Order: sequence, then C-alpha cells, then structure tokens
Amino acid sequence: MTKIGLEIHCQLTKLESKLFCSCKANYREHEINSNICPVCMGLPGTLPRINQKAIEKATLIAMALNCSTPDKIAFFRKNYFYPDLPKNFQITQLNIYGDTSVGGSGMIMVGDKQIRITRIQLEEDPGRLIYEGSSSKNQTTLVDYNRAGVALVEIVTEPDFENPKQVREFLNILSDLLENLNVADPSLEGAMRADANVSIEGGNKVEIKNIGSFHDLEKAVHFEITRQESLHSRDIPIAQETRHWDDKRKITISSRSKEEELDYRYFLEGDIPWITIGKEIHQRLKLEMPESISSKKERYVSSYNIPEQVAMVLSSDKFYSDLFDKSHTKNNAKEVANIITTDLMGLVDTREKRERSKLLPSHLNDLADLIQSGKLTRTSAKNALYEIVKSGKELSQIISEMDLGNVSDKNQLLTIIKQVISEEPQAVEQAKSNPQTVNFLVGKIMQKTKGKADPKLTLVLLKKELG
Amino acid sequence: MNLKISALEYIDQVKNGQISAEEFVSATIDRIKKIDGKLHAFLQINPDAVEQARKVDKKIKLGEKVGACFGMPISIKDNICIKNSKTTCASKMLENFIAPYDATVISKLKQQDAIFVGKVNMDEFAMGLTTEFSAYGPSKNPWNTDYVPGGSSGGSAVSVSAFECVASLGSDTGGSVRNPASFCSTVGYKPTYGLISRYGLISYANSIEQIGPMTRTVKDTAFLLNILCGLDTNDNTTIDNGNQDYLSEIDSGIEGKKIGIIQEMIGEGIDSQVLSATKDAISKLEGLGAICDNVSIDMVKYSVASYYTITATEAGSNLARYDNIRYGYEFPVEGYEFNSYISKVRSKFGPEVIRRMILGGFVPSAGHAGKYFLKALKVKSKLTKEVNQAFKKYDFLIAPTVPVLPFKIGEKINDPVALFLVDINTVMSNLSGTPSISIPYAISNGLPIGMQLLAKHRDDKSLLQAARALETTVQLPEVPI
Ligand SMILES: [Zn+2]
Repeated sequence: MTKIGLEIHCQLTKLESKLFCSCKANYREHEINSNICPVCMGLPGTLPRINQKAIEKATLIAMALNCSTPDKIAFFRKNYFYPDLPKNFQITQLNIYGDTSVGGSGMIMVGDKQIRITRIQLEEDPGRLIYEGSSSKNQTTLVDYNRAGVALVEIVTEPDFENPKQVREFLNILSDLLENLNVADPSLEGAMRADANVSIEGGNKVEIKNIGSFHDLEKAVHFEITRQESLHSRDIPIAQETRHWDDKRKITISSRSKEEELDYRYFLEGDIPWITIGKEIHQRLKLEMPESISSKKERYVSSYNIPEQVAMVLSSDKFYSDLFDKSHTKNNAKEVANIITTDLMGLVDTREKRERSKLLPSHLNDLADLIQSGKLTRTSAKNALYEIVKSGKELSQIISEMDLGNVSDKNQLLTIIKQVISEEPQAVEQAKSNPQTVNFLVGKIMQKTKGKADPKLTLVLLKKELG
Repeated sequence: MNLKISALEYIDQVKNGQISAEEFVSATIDRIKKIDGKLHAFLQINPDAVEQARKVDKKIKLGEKVGACFGMPISIKDNICIKNSKTTCASKMLENFIAPYDATVISKLKQQDAIFVGKVNMDEFAMGLTTEFSAYGPSKNPWNTDYVPGGSSGGSAVSVSAFECVASLGSDTGGSVRNPASFCSTVGYKPTYGLISRYGLISYANSIEQIGPMTRTVKDTAFLLNILCGLDTNDNTTIDNGNQDYLSEIDSGIEGKKIGIIQEMIGEGIDSQVLSATKDAISKLEGLGAICDNVSIDMVKYSVASYYTITATEAGSNLARYDNIRYGYEFPVEGYEFNSYISKVRSKFGPEVIRRMILGGFVPSAGHAGKYFLKALKVKSKLTKEVNQAFKKYDFLIAPTVPVLPFKIGEKINDPVALFLVDINTVMSNLSGTPSISIPYAISNGLPIGMQLLAKHRDDKSLLQAARALETTVQLPEVPI
C-alpha cells in the first residue's frame, strides 16, 4: 500500500506585517533587501515582537481543520546554520514538550476519505537565496531578506493519502479553504510550498523537500511512487532518505546533505513569553470565522434553488462566492449564479485578469434583472459582460453604445415577421403543417434583428401570424 | 570641579546653577583621559559629549524643558546599542558593528538628557566575571590596579568607582552587575526579570539577564530605575510595574522586616573577611529593627551547574548569528563555501566564548539534553520554588555578593572551574527572575566587599528601601585613584 504524508507551508499573505516586526508581509513588490529592519535582519540586540493577528489567523486555520487548539502556545528555536536564516535559528513551534503549537490533531474530509492533520504550527519564513554563476566553481549565492520573517503556517498531515489524486483533491480543498478564511492567497508565487513523504508496501519512508508549488507537489509524489515501484519490482531496497525536487527536470534527486542527521537543539524561545489564547479569543474567532465552503453551497441550493453543480463551483472559489453574495437579490439569484458560472469564469480565469476586471456587483445584478425581464438576451448579456469587465461602464450605457437592447416593440417586430413570412413561403407552409419546424423562421427573424428580438414575444407574434 | 558627587547631587547642583553640565562633563572627559590609561574602563569615548552638555545648558538657560538627568555623564556597557556608534561586546567578531538603532534604555536616557560619555569594557559577550576576557584587554580595579574589577560589567563598575562618570548601565546574566559592583565598591542592581527592556541589549542568555544600573548610591539607582523601567512594545518579556516611584519613600527603613541569611552562601569556601563583614551587616540590620534568621535554600548547591548549562545553551543559539555575512569585521566572502566561511570567520571569538559555545552545542543536543539541559531547567524551576517559599517567610534575604575578595589579574583566568564558583551567590536571582542589589559594605586590606540583599519577584521598591537602610550604616574610605 502507498502511504503519502504532507507538510504544507502556507504564508499568511493577508497579514499587514511580518511575524515579528512591522515590515510588510507582502514582500513581493519591494526592491531586493528593502523590506527589512533590524529585527527581521536579526541584528544584535533586537528581539522578536509577536504579531497577534498572525496568531489569530493561524488559529483560525486550526479551527477550520478541526484541530484541537491549546489555551497557551509557545515558540521554540530550531538551531541550524543556513545563509537564508538571519539569526541562524528559526523561531517555530513544537509539540514534543506538550501541545503548545497553534493546532493539535485535526482532520478534514476529502471526498469520502478522512485525512488526519497531525499539527499546525506558526513559524518565520527564511530569506530567499538567489544563485548566480553557471558552474559550481564560480557560483555565488546572494540573499534577499525581504521574505525573512514572514509568517508561515505549517500544516502537517498523517500519511493518509493513498495516491496522487487524493493529494491533488486535498490541495484543492485546502487552497479554497485558506482563501475562504481570508488568511492567504494561494495563487501568489511562493505562497504555498510543500514537503511530502512517500512509502510503498510498508517500506522505508522517503522525504521529498523543496517543492515550490501545489502543481509540482502532485507531480513529485507521482514521480516518487513510480521510482519506488520500479525499484521494488526489481527487488532493490528503497533507502530511507531525503530527496529534493528538481523543479526543472521534474524528478526527485537524492540529497547528499546530511540534513536528516541535523540536530536542531530545540529549546524554548525565551524572548516570547507563553501566549494565552483564552476562551474569549476562541469565541470571537468562531464568530468571525467566515462561512465554510460546504455551508455556503448548501445555502445556495436550499435558499435559491441553484443546481448542486453550479452551487459547488460558485462556493468553492471565494472570489466568485463573494461576488455572488454581494450582487444577487432573492429574485435574481439563480440568474446571477448562471452568469457567473457560465460567462464570467471564462473572462476572469487568472489572477491578473481578476485584478484588472472593472466589474462591480451592481453590474451583475442589473444584467440578471434585464435577462429575467426579457429586455436582454443571454447572448447580448454575454457581450455586455465582456465590455463591463473591460471598461467598467454602466450597463445602460453599454447597451445603447453597442445597440444590444432587445427589439420588443410589437409593431417593429411585426413588420420584420411579415417580411420573413413573405420571403420564406416554403418554410411557412411547412411550419403550418408541422409546428416543430417553426424554429427555422424564428432563426431568420433573429438574423434580421442581430439576435435582439425578444424571443418570447417573437414566438407569440409569429404563431399568431401563421394562424 | 568636584566630580565625586552622586547623581542626585549632580542634578541639584546643575539646577541651582552651582555647576554647568558642560563644565562637569568636560571635567569628566579630562579625568577619563588622565586616568583611564591605568584603568582601561573605556573602549570608546564619545567625542560629542561636551557639545551635547552645552546644548543641555542652553536649554536650561532658555528655560526650556530639560530632562531629569540634566546632562549627567553616564557610561554604557558595550553590549548596549547606541545608534550610529560601535557596539562591540568587547569582541573582535563585532569590531566594526555600528548599531543602526538605539536600545530602549538609551532612548529613555536620551529623552531625559543624559549624556553618554563612552562605551565601557566587559568580558567578551558578557561571558566572564573579571573583565579579563575582553578582546581589547582587561580593565583594572581602581582600588588596586593589580586586581580584577570583577565582571562582566567591569568597565561600568570601574568608571563609576573611579569617578569617570556619575553612573553606568551594565547587564547582569549571573551576577555581571553585582559582582563588579562588589569588587569596585559601587551599587549594582539586578531588577526583577522584565522590569527593564532588553531591546538593544545584545543577548548572552536572554531568558535570565537584565540591564542594571550601577551607581554611587542606592538613591541614584532608584532614580535611574524610575527612568529605565516600564512596558516596552519592542520587548515582549517586559512587565507592567504600574508606574511605581522607586525614589519616593526610599527612607522608609526596615523596622520589623524579616531577613533570611542564606546558609548555603556563607558556608564552605567563604573568605573569613567576607564572612565577618556579613555578620557585621546582619547585626547592623538588627540594630535597625530587622529580624534576622537563618534560611536554607537547598538547590543553591546545583545552581551554578544549572546556570552554566542554561547560559551555554542560550549563548550557543544567540551567538549563532555572528557569521560575519551581514555585519562584523572585514573578511571577504569570495572563494568560500558557506560552512567553511563561517568556521573560518568565527575563529575570531575569544577562548571563553568558544568554550561556552562548545558546551552550548553539547548540553542541549539530542543525545544529551535529558542528562544536562533538561535537568538544568528542572533545577531552575525547583530553585525558583524554594526561593518563592523562602519569601513567604522573609521579606528579604541576605548574603555577601561574592564569597571571596577581589583577586589578582591572571590569578584565576586559567582555572574556569574556580571562576565559576565565584558566581555561587549571584546566579540564584537570575535563575529565579527575582531582584537583588549589591551595595558597598566594607574594605578589607584595601579591597572592597559588597553586601547583597534579595527580594521577591516585583518587590524592587522595598528592596531598594532595605538597601538604603543598610547603606546608611556604612562609612567607607575614598577610592585611592
Ligand atoms: Zn522587519
């Protein structure tokens, strides 16, 4: 049997500042080594200053993953030398001297499969290493400390996954959950990183480190299972080791470093006193906890009669569900859901497009109302939506500029219908004997009106004319 | 110009117009230049000190608001950061480290118009109790320059004792303020853990150390404590003292107070002169109306072992950042791989620092933590319990600050174990987070003896009252320099 366990590192990108100082949590837009201060550079004499919000956001994640949450948490030092660590130790959490990390054991359902969470801990991100020079001889390592000290939540699972597909499903659910909690933006580059451990047939556990994205995680796990199975089938023993994910070649490589032998000499971080997360805080967080994805979905189905599948798609993406919740009325909810899931998703399917989009909730509300009252066809609505996303103009302005409004004037329509009837005698005869074929005539009318004829009204008038 | 005045006397004289800050600071600098060649208290002298004093005088003249220190010259141990000045920890590793920020205590003193006359010597990274481990050479005891001044805040004690400043800031990890205070005959204070912000104090063993004032009188210490303490958002371990005024009611006396004499600190190995000074102090206290009684704190016998295990562990971690990559001394990185570079550059650490870091790599390591580090933590918590227990019965405890008299430079430097035992009477307050004070008590054959009083957690104010009461019974000769 294949056993896969994960260690997910997730930056709390929605925080204002780093974990222990007031430098920006969003380090991405800064010049190299400009988002730094004496504290996150670990200068002599500086002390960590705990970011209370980070503790709350990490606790929120723990609660959402059904983890136990202790009343008191503590921080520890993990001691090792590495050029990306300004202090040559990392402030992190640990459960070996009792449950003192933000989250204890928990679980989450992935389909019918229960995945157990071992623990959740809060820690500081190291700096970023940049390698320059082509050969190992003239290679220079540069360090950018802009990222150093950013709050990182580590989510450790039990080895409960049996295949890469479950891993992928879990990661999808987890990304949606983190986004929904408003703690992280998983689509930001480097915001989510992972280590995995894989064993097959009760064999030795192999750790895979350095996986830079969720996309690669599934690939890395897949590669590692295949590698181990191939060894196993040839009766070659699988070594217990740490392997690195080679991002470019998409393979795992045995790491010769003695990483697994490192002794981190963990001990309590005396500069941060034990932090009490009392009942009041837990209760407040529970109240502040955003509606879960599954309860959102249920609400969409039961309150608005939105189809299961549509409700699922809508609820699992915070961007769309927020938009939906802000734009619909009781009467047009189903239509708004429909516009979002059939038309909008194709228009804003990347982070950049979402950021550039000029669409407001009021636009969606207006669109749905006009469709429902027959003033706008779905085709015209789709064209209008495209323009709204681009320009953000008022819907009424777009309708008049693009001439999208429905032809619903009775006399105007009647003139066109009569014109079509005279032009298509054969089709008229056919329609008279077989009402099923009336659509051909409707099509012709639509052609003449460039798709703007009010479909209901057209049918009524046409049938009347045909007798 | 009489430099031999206390901080409070200085303030009075400047306020009354008897002296100006400029005159006093300038005379102080002159004295440093004249005598510090013999003492080596200072690593650096502030070239702007006189100019800064002149500005204070100007404010006084113009009737502007002046800070409570009125331009008082203070020396600062070289492990406390002053913005834009070198902070070396008396180490070659930090030879070129210029702090880009002020320690919280420095900001507070600046606000009160104190003037920093210079940075003073110490054992490298505060590891030591003689100041012989300074990478820039030892400081000398002004009472007899053949003798050590104590440490690690040796430069602070020397500068106060030899009238090279009015007061000083030291740091106390296991006695580093009280020990040199005792050896040089000044007041040395180790506050309740968390009372004074450590932001800007370069860590040695951060879970137990505190910055502490060193002054000529107990009142001066209370005055400085009023300025220095309080919650600091930059140091999460600071405690709220409710804006206590340590100076008011300082003359309340100790009538009716119960004082425990710590038996483990006056037993085996104690110098007979120190013992008789202690007995004398006890009778003086009884004369002031205190009730003295013997108390036993069993864990004291393990306290030094526990202390060295904990401090080595924390030091190993705290000093790991000195890899010379972001700051330090001139040593190009080109041509080195990371690990070979740091082992090369870290050879600049002095022998005592290396000794403690090797220990710090060993005692908390995976195979040995249970036998050493975790056991040391157990001793710490048991000791704290015993101390708290003792304070249920006694208001204060008493013991000599150091069980021996000052010794000669070079006498014990090659005997680390003998040196460790000099700490036995001071580490307890650090391990238990409780306040203690050393006051000048006697002179024996020209060498000072300090007396230590201890109080319970957060009882700093009454501790200062008790120390003040004992101080009033003491008459000592003037330092012969
Ligand atoms: Zn910072």
